[in-house]
Amino acid sequence: IAPWIPVVGLEIHAQISSNSKLFSGSQVQFAAPPNSLVSFFDASLPGTLPVLNRRCVEAAVMTGLALNCSINKKSLFDRKHYFYADLPAGYQITQQRVPIAVNGSLSYSLCIDNKMSQMVTKTVRIKQIQLEQDSGKSLHDDTRCQTLVDLNRAGVGLMEVVMEPDMCCGEEAAAAVRELQLILQALGSSQAVMAEGQLRVDANVSVHHPGEPYGVRTEVKNINSIRFLAKAVDYEIQRQIEELENGGTILNETRAFDSKLGCTVPMRDKEGKQDYRFMPEPNLPPLILYDTKSLPANMNHQQVINIDWIHERLPDLPSVKREKLVEQYGILPEHSFTLLNEDGLAEFFESVVKQTQMKPKKVIGWILNDLLSYLKQHSLTVKESPVSSFLLADLLNLLEKKEISSTAAKQVLVELWKGEGKTPLEIVKEQKLELLHDQKELEQICQAVIDGQENEVIMMVLG
Amino acid sequence: MRALSLVRWLRAGRVPESRYSGNSGNSRYSGNSRYSGYSGNSRYSGYSGNSEYSEYSEYSEHRPQGPPQKLSVDVLDHLEHLALVDFRDSEGVERLQKAIQFAEQLQEVNTDGVEPMDSVLEDRCLYLREDDVTEGNCTKELLENAREKVEEYFVAPPGNIPLPKLEERETFLQGS
Repeated sequence: IAPWIPVVGLEIHAQISSNSKLFSGSQVQFAAPPNSLVSFFDASLPGTLPVLNRRCVEAAVMTGLALNCSINKKSLFDRKHYFYADLPAGYQITQQRVPIAVNGSLSYSLCIDNKMSQMVTKTVRIKQIQLEQDSGKSLHDDTRCQTLVDLNRAGVGLMEVVMEPDMCCGEEAAAAVRELQLILQALGSSQAVMAEGQLRVDANVSVHHPGEPYGVRTEVKNINSIRFLAKAVDYEIQRQIEELENGGTILNETRAFDSKLGCTVPMRDKEGKQDYRFMPEPNLPPLILYDTKSLPANMNHQQVINIDWIHERLPDLPSVKREKLVEQYGILPEHSFTLLNEDGLAEFFESVVKQTQMKPKKVIGWILNDLLSYLKQHSLTVKESPVSSFLLADLLNLLEKKEISSTAAKQVLVELWKGEGKTPLEIVKEQKLELLHDQKELEQICQAVIDGQENEVIMMVLG
Repeated sequence: MRALSLVRWLRAGRVPESRYSGNSGNSRYSGNSRYSGYSGNSRYSGYSGNSEYSEYSEYSEHRPQGPPQKLSVDVLDHLEHLALVDFRDSEGVERLQKAIQFAEQLQEVNTDGVEPMDSVLEDRCLYLREDDVTEGNCTKELLENAREKVEEYFVAPPGNIPLPKLEERETFLQGS
């Protein structure tokens, strides 16, 4: 049987981190009383018009620059028409013809064979980034056969990041999305928390034989975490392969991922291929961005977005941060990868290093092996750690000054996890874990042991 | 013409003002028109007396040649699905037909090498708003528009109710 090549492309919607919505002045907030964060424009009442939020444009430009995109100095807004209860206008304002950023790339790292020591770098091409409106939320009440609609989310700014189908499995998709998440969080353009719907991923999956054209693709939705993304993609690849090997065909359909069953199922309510009747948004002129060269002299500062100005102020991206950690502290690349992968861990590590004489190369072992494994075991975040960086540094100092042994240090750590407020020194004294350095004292103890075990000593001397 | 704006136009029953007004037979376009050589042979000649369509008679010379493209039932059914309109009767369909033909006059213009204009706002500045919260908190007012509500939620039917297939609908198109 000829081998199968899976092809995976992702469409990612990231909610822009801003105070107000993309085209109106109502607030952006996760949990709020239903329909309390809705302006007349969001409710699509007649006579209202869209007014573009400057911060949303800046967020999209930052993200485009961070993903190595070309920023389109002139981009356009369009209407995408479809009917749904949470889309009061009957259309979504998006950027279909000329989006704000195109042709970028995202580099991410993977472990080969689950070994942290072998990391490989891969790249996925970014087709485009576009600004668009979010829809409201529908709560389905099946018992009363109705849908409850909350428009708080309607009109919130989204960045849609479209990736080319350069990935081939769930692991790659998950790693790429994780890296994108870290980038967005570093930029501050989106908080990208999947659990709160700030980052939504749809996967397009198909399989084909080498040398043959791409197979029919399915779209997988309802993926709520990065872990589920990997599962959903891998399941769908398997399903398609099995279907084709059994002589079946793949339908160009949308499927939902069922996290409980770990499989994809066809989505109900699908009315066949949609005709969105794209048309230019008649109420918005083209969006013009400038750079230092094209900056007009007499324009109001507040009305001008300078791409170069934004570029100069981009914060360090995760890849740069990792390199700096490796350079500054002499740790391994895979160490810095783990440090950045855990929220707050890099800062914790640096804080400990500052407060201790122990070399960073040794500190990293305590951070990754002891601290992190404990946190994982108890499902705690770094912020929730009962052991603060101060306490850990204190402990490592005792070890470094050879006042305790490494084994004793681990014992103290176990005690510290209890979070009873004792300092490492107090625990050492309590449990008499001090290392003895006085030669005379040591001799006395050894002599006492030998004296107490006369018979055994005679046996040993006799052989 | 986009279907949605087309239908709104139909419902209003108005004829949009044309760029061609005042151009009576002396053709600016004779040199490069695809349709040069048509003679006033008018399908619309019968309408000159009908006041609703009298505006058409001025433009009879600028109609594209050839029989009008008959709108198939499939296309009309598709439009009814997309825009959720109901063409109701043959008059509605005929009006749509005429609207399309009217709009097709645009095909006469040679636009080779001309950048399409998709918005009359193209030279305007897109105003950028500061990211401040200035609206919202009007739940009560918004819900006044709702026929049905449950605890400050709008109530809608469960999912989209697809428009029934042509055979199952009570529509004029069935008879076509």
